[in-house]
Amino acid sequence: MTTVAVKPATMAQALTRAMRDAMAADPTVHVLGEDVGTLGGVFRVTDGLAKEFGEDRCTDTPLAEAGILGTAVGMAMYGLRPVVEMQFDAFAYPALEQLISHVSRMRNRTRGRVPLPITVRVPYGGGIGGVEHHSDSSEAYYMATPGLHVLTPATVADAYGMLRQAIASDDPVVFLEPKRLYWSKDTWNPEQPTEVEPVGRAVVRRPGTSATLLTYGPSLPVCLEAAEAARAEGWDLEVLDLRSLVPFDDETVCAAVRRTGRAVVVHESTGFGGPGGEIAARVTERCFHHLEAPVLRVAGFDIPYPPPMLERHHLPGVDRVLDAVARLQWEAEG
Amino acid sequence: MTVLEQRGAYRPSPPPAWQPRMDPAPLLPDAEPYRVLGTEAAGEADPDLLRRLHAQLVRGRRYNTQATALTKQGRLAVYPSSTGQEACEVAAALALEERDWLFPSYRDTLAVVARGVDPVAALTLLRGDWHHGYDPHEHRVAPLSTPLATQLPHAVGLAHAARLKGDDVVALAMVGDGGTSEGDFHEALNFAAVWQAPVVFLVQNNGFAISVPLAKQTAAPSLAHKAVGYGMPGRLVDGNDAAAVHEVLADAVRHARAGGGPTLVEAVTYRIDAHTNADDATRYRGDAEIEAWRAHDPVQLLERELTGRGLLDEAAIEAARQDAEEMAADLRERMNRDPEPHPMDLFDHVYAGTTSQLREQRALLRAELEAEHERHGEPEGGAR
Ligand SMILES: Cc1ncc(C[n+]2csc(CCOP(=O)(O)OP(=O)(O)O)c2C)c(N)n1
Ligand SMILES: [Mg+2]
Repeated sequence: MTTVAVKPATMAQALTRAMRDAMAADPTVHVLGEDVGTLGGVFRVTDGLAKEFGEDRCTDTPLAEAGILGTAVGMAMYGLRPVVEMQFDAFAYPALEQLISHVSRMRNRTRGRVPLPITVRVPYGGGIGGVEHHSDSSEAYYMATPGLHVLTPATVADAYGMLRQAIASDDPVVFLEPKRLYWSKDTWNPEQPTEVEPVGRAVVRRPGTSATLLTYGPSLPVCLEAAEAARAEGWDLEVLDLRSLVPFDDETVCAAVRRTGRAVVVHESTGFGGPGGEIAARVTERCFHHLEAPVLRVAGFDIPYPPPMLERHHLPGVDRVLDAVARLQWEAEG
Repeated sequence: MTVLEQRGAYRPSPPPAWQPRMDPAPLLPDAEPYRVLGTEAAGEADPDLLRRLHAQLVRGRRYNTQATALTKQGRLAVYPSSTGQEACEVAAALALEERDWLFPSYRDTLAVVARGVDPVAALTLLRGDWHHGYDPHEHRVAPLSTPLATQLPHAVGLAHAARLKGDDVVALAMVGDGGTSEGDFHEALNFAAVWQAPVVFLVQNNGFAISVPLAKQTAAPSLAHKAVGYGMPGRLVDGNDAAAVHEVLADAVRHARAGGGPTLVEAVTYRIDAHTNADDATRYRGDAEIEAWRAHDPVQLLERELTGRGLLDEAAIEAARQDAEEMAADLRERMNRDPEPHPMDLFDHVYAGTTSQLREQRALLRAELEAEHERHGEPEGGAR
């Protein structure tokens, strides 16, 4: 077997490659959105697709998110597999009615006769110095809507593998792309892209024995950094990347928490009504007798997303994660 | 001398040429709703088509009265009647070819039935044993849409997809006058026009959105005029004149099929019944208005035209009534049987597969049903 040079690739490039390969493999895959054609998207994630596959396959639509998703519904009803790009998290809100009232329910309503294999790609989260409406963590809205899968990759390899899975899924998938990781690099071979395990499974990114950090998307690098820093304090932290918020991998999560007996959920989204509340409740319900301390949450504040000059105070950082770990009732143990 | 003139950098010139993108005149609707019945045009209409429309109108009227009666008896949770609007409902179904698609709203079960869907399956949503009853692919009829105007972009997307695949399929989407105020109406028409998608939008202007009259809904000269802003033709038609509605819709369908793009049709009609059985229309409108519209009844209009021209005799009218009675009796009989929705079905078709969460919840409900069974003897569909 010849070895192929493994070059560093960005998450954005892996996502582009995933769409490109999906479009090449399946002529029913169509990309549509604002500026996705000639420009290649404002983050260049659809770069080259219109050129390679033509504007009928990668289409610059009129500027109307409900219209984009609404027409995607009709396209899917006719046998296409639309991949919709929402330009930014906060600009996906006009499409929420279509998403909630139709995309998530059509299969159920029609008893499986009209599945809607639509992928809705949403760049999300902060940390890029964006002005208002460019940094929301909107995952809780999607999680609260039965019928949708909600996926979010945190690594370059997962970005490729999970987007391929999302596009291949016969269910609608909200695919949340952590936009501050778009330019994160990893050694990843685009010629031999790795497939990832079945959709919906969490993965341990760093094994550890003291406590488990449950996280996803943009907060994964923060948690890995925190785990490194924690060694100095004598803690060996495990870091779990959830990858799929819906369906939720209770099995992997609970196995991890039962091993360590302590857990902290870390995400950018607001704490109140955010995903962490659901995750902490599930873990507590299932792992109560293994827990040495309450499951804690490290989240964004319960405020509208702050202006760029203040966002560093809002985003969960290494210190805030370590402070939470410190509160996991270590003294009580001995 | 200004700074710019000193530098010599700025040479004023007129703005780059601006051209209108198209002549709007051909897109404009007629000044008055187009009519066929009672005009010379009726003589040119195909008598067979008119007789088919008549039979369907008689059936449609009976369907509306039967469904309303079933609602009073508690057999339907709610029924938005299309009494008075049968011409639009029937013409929409008959203007389409087999391969075309219909996108109805909650008011349009009659159009769905006229397209060939079993009435009991068409009424599933309104009976409440499931959200939807029929296979959309069988007759190419999308599910009834309750959130106003949200079905319109679906029709555009489907028509667009068909065109991309090289199929000469047309989608006809139905919406009410109130629905034209929704953002999805705007987005759908705009997408359709930009994509030149083979779609026909049928707005039934029945005067009201529940209690709100059209005057509070729009300041446009007519709803059909809205088409012009999108760059598509708008047509205004007498919505109680089945021959006229059919002709206008069939023209629009042909135009779309031939690659001419979308059309917006406003059919002026009237909702004779209250919004639904749950509505009290006396709070917002008077009897005089209703009586005026009863005098312009779609079934009577066509029947008078046909008998006047000697195209329909008593026997044919009687046959149409007989057929309608049979349909009503069958509907009554089948709707009077208790449906048996299965609680365990709740977890099916949420996703293509299932999730560990739904498996757990399924087990919980099954246990509840079994406990109920032990207490009361009869399983409530819990056997599965
Ligand atoms: C998005 C949305 N808002 C409100 C409603 C509640 N609603 C149901 S029917 C209706 C009136 C609609 O009027 P119109 O579009 O004229 O249709 P009609 O009922 O007259 O056929 C309203 C407000 C709804 N179904 N969807
Ligand atoms: Mg109305």
